[in-house]
Amino acid sequence: MSGPSDYQPTNSALKWIERRLPILGLMHSSFVAYPTPRNLNYWWTFGAILSMMLGVQILTGVILAMHYTPEATMAFKSVESIVRDVNYGWLLRNIHASGASMFFLAVYIHMFRGLYYGSYKEPREILWILGVIIYLLMMATGFMGYVLPWGQMSFWGATVITNLFSAVPYFGESIVTLLWGGYSVGNPTLNRFFSLHYLLPFVIAGVVVLHIWALHVAGQNNPAGVEAKTEKDTVPFTPYATIKDAFGVSCFMLFFAWFIFYMPNYLGDADNYIPANPGVTPAHIVPEWYYLPFYAILRSIPNKLAGVTAMFSAILVLAFLPWLDTAKTKSSKYRPLAKQFFWIFVIVCLLLGWLGGKPPEGIYVIAGRVLTFCYFAYFLILLPLLSRIERPRSIPNSIADDVLAKTGSRSTPMVSTAIALAVAGALFAGSAQNARAADHEEVPPSQKWSFSGPFGKFDRGSLQRGLKVYKEVCSACHGLSYIAFRNLADAGGPGYSVAQAAAFASDYKIKDGPNDQGEMFERPGRPADYFPSPFPNEQAARAANGGGLPPDLSLITKARSYERGFPKFVFDFFTQFQEQGPNYVDAILQGYEEKPPAGVSIPEGAYYNKYFPGHAIKMPKPLSDGQVTFDDGSPATVAQYSKDVTTFLMWTAEPHMEERKRLGMQVFVFLIIFTGLMYFTKKRVWADAH
Amino acid sequence: MGGVAALWPFVSQMNPDASTIAAGAPIEVDLAPIAEGQDIKVFWRGKPIYISHRTKKQIDEARSVPVSSLPDPQTDQARVKEGHDQWLVVIGICTHLGCIPIAHEGNYDGFFCPCHGSQYDSSGRVRQGPAPANLPVPPYQFVSDSKIQIG
Repeated sequence: MSGPSDYQPTNSALKWIERRLPILGLMHSSFVAYPTPRNLNYWWTFGAILSMMLGVQILTGVILAMHYTPEATMAFKSVESIVRDVNYGWLLRNIHASGASMFFLAVYIHMFRGLYYGSYKEPREILWILGVIIYLLMMATGFMGYVLPWGQMSFWGATVITNLFSAVPYFGESIVTLLWGGYSVGNPTLNRFFSLHYLLPFVIAGVVVLHIWALHVAGQNNPAGVEAKTEKDTVPFTPYATIKDAFGVSCFMLFFAWFIFYMPNYLGDADNYIPANPGVTPAHIVPEWYYLPFYAILRSIPNKLAGVTAMFSAILVLAFLPWLDTAKTKSSKYRPLAKQFFWIFVIVCLLLGWLGGKPPEGIYVIAGRVLTFCYFAYFLILLPLLSRIERPRSIPNSIADDVLAKTGSRSTPMVSTAIALAVAGALFAGSAQNARAADHEEVPPSQKWSFSGPFGKFDRGSLQRGLKVYKEVCSACHGLSYIAFRNLADAGGPGYSVAQAAAFASDYKIKDGPNDQGEMFERPGRPADYFPSPFPNEQAARAANGGGLPPDLSLITKARSYERGFPKFVFDFFTQFQEQGPNYVDAILQGYEEKPPAGVSIPEGAYYNKYFPGHAIKMPKPLSDGQVTFDDGSPATVAQYSKDVTTFLMWTAEPHMEERKRLGMQVFVFLIIFTGLMYFTKKRVWADAH
Repeated sequence: MGGVAALWPFVSQMNPDASTIAAGAPIEVDLAPIAEGQDIKVFWRGKPIYISHRTKKQIDEARSVPVSSLPDPQTDQARVKEGHDQWLVVIGICTHLGCIPIAHEGNYDGFFCPCHGSQYDSSGRVRQGPAPANLPVPPYQFVSDSKIQIG
């Protein structure tokens, strides 16, 4: 294609192949000899990062698909099975889920780089449009992927977004029925989303090939926006760009690893740990953070069809950029006005994202409308205007001149922008956490937990006492169906021996059958059995509990959360605070009060609880002092029971937590060393080029 | 032409299949156990349906509202079956973005949607909030005074 293709392998076997399929020559001219501008900065490493992320997502995705069941009654459980039982399943799931966020983060940086340096301008228009196509495919893929775990947010997010198509006049309802494959989001919808979610990444890969082909025809853009003219302007891709990309990838992996091993649920929604329920709508339906700006635009427009059109237009307008911004100067470095407005645009996007997570009330609505206007104004009014009236600074004669002119402050703008963006990004990502409105809720007090922090471990004694509290008190009404008796002997758990776990199991009567007479019968429990639920079905549970449904407790500490507020959620990212769930459960158990405060009325059959949303909880006070006696002499108090059973329930929600943190530490040490090595190698390789 | 014909099966398969359509067949609901002032929720075609046994107060409130002042003008009479005015049957899905409104909540003794604050009255008509339309009435008929068939 482009680039020198005078490559001839010396090895005779390779020569044989090269004559019949010149793939080695192609690889050589595209990724070894390929002339790369020598003044590229680190914003250019994101192409390689994205290629790597696509590969990571496809690899982890295909493997997850070997264990996942795309059926409405089995999907949620199959994901939990992956996390609990599949070897390193927890790791694969965390990589894939966090990987989606990392993929979008990288693509946004990649796109903003293109915006700033005018990489969409002639002759790279098709390259840019292919990029917009890739972005659209990514959004579709990400949306469908989020539906697959079939949690509450999966189901209701799917309902809201597919309902958008009902805005199409005349055909709207038919289109929605077609998409659903039924009369509401259900099993047919889940099945087809799984099929398409598996397909689209390969379509993305195909478009990426076209994208790189289009790139190699024109050559890379560069920070000066001046095209390469002579050989002095460029360096061969290998080793120069290769090592720079490797270093960039390594830094990115460090950031990625922080999410995988230490903050796996930071960007997610606690409601997705509740299995999908078509009859109960979560109080706050919020998409994943990477859709929030468009969600804000959608909700800003009061008319349904107009809102949907605005939302899609917000993405499609990108495709028209080469014709909206016709300024001859490519790089905003030499366009002082455009540069300022660019940064304002970045802030507009971040604010729109923050708004997307807020309930659409009061001032948020007004702000949303103003910012939506700003967003479109940037593309449709400002950029065309600037093309006509702006007087750019003079650009360097060539890339070589640009490199020689630099005085060494090269890295500073990159680093400081990166830090500023990281802080803004943390604020933005944390706003995804704050989708729950305050609603006069009491914030549960923060307790000390032995399992918090990067070196956190479960207190074995606490786990064993918690199990006792569960067995003697909670199990009367609450199931624990994701925990098997054998898990009690697993590493990182309560620390029972296999024999003890078997003995524990045999105390239980488990329904089994049918036997040869066709009848069901009872037998003593075995290690492979799961904790039995106290009620055979939901109706029996409700009938026995005054209409309320006692939730299964296996995941309760991950399925509950509360707003931490600004600036706490920023610090949380760095301190690894993720104990909202345990704090909440612990607070609920101790939050009962005899008399509700003045002005608060509790309906018949409910009880006042300080920390329960709405304060009227159907569960009567479950714990009292002296109810359970502990063999190790721990105090028989409600506070002790709460602490222990909550610790136990944190383990039931995440049995592999200790392993996750341990492996995380090893990975981090390795990555830090590796990044350091990459850095020094990069410096060595580039020593003569600068 | 041949291309479109070849394509049609691929498009048509996306529509609800035979078993889904069968599962969505009409259902009968016995109204006798529903006391005055009470409502129940049944599921039909995957959608929640509220069946309200309205009190005289609720019916009067619904009928005394000037229809032209409603965001989605519709008379109460048009939303119930003649001779069975005390029975309101509506699909319990907010016409804004699809959440399930809560019955017997809000300022109009009707429905309140917790997602974005839309409020419906005792006839299921939207009164305030971002919802654009009234709660839809599903196809149903009375097979006897105390039994309806939905669908």
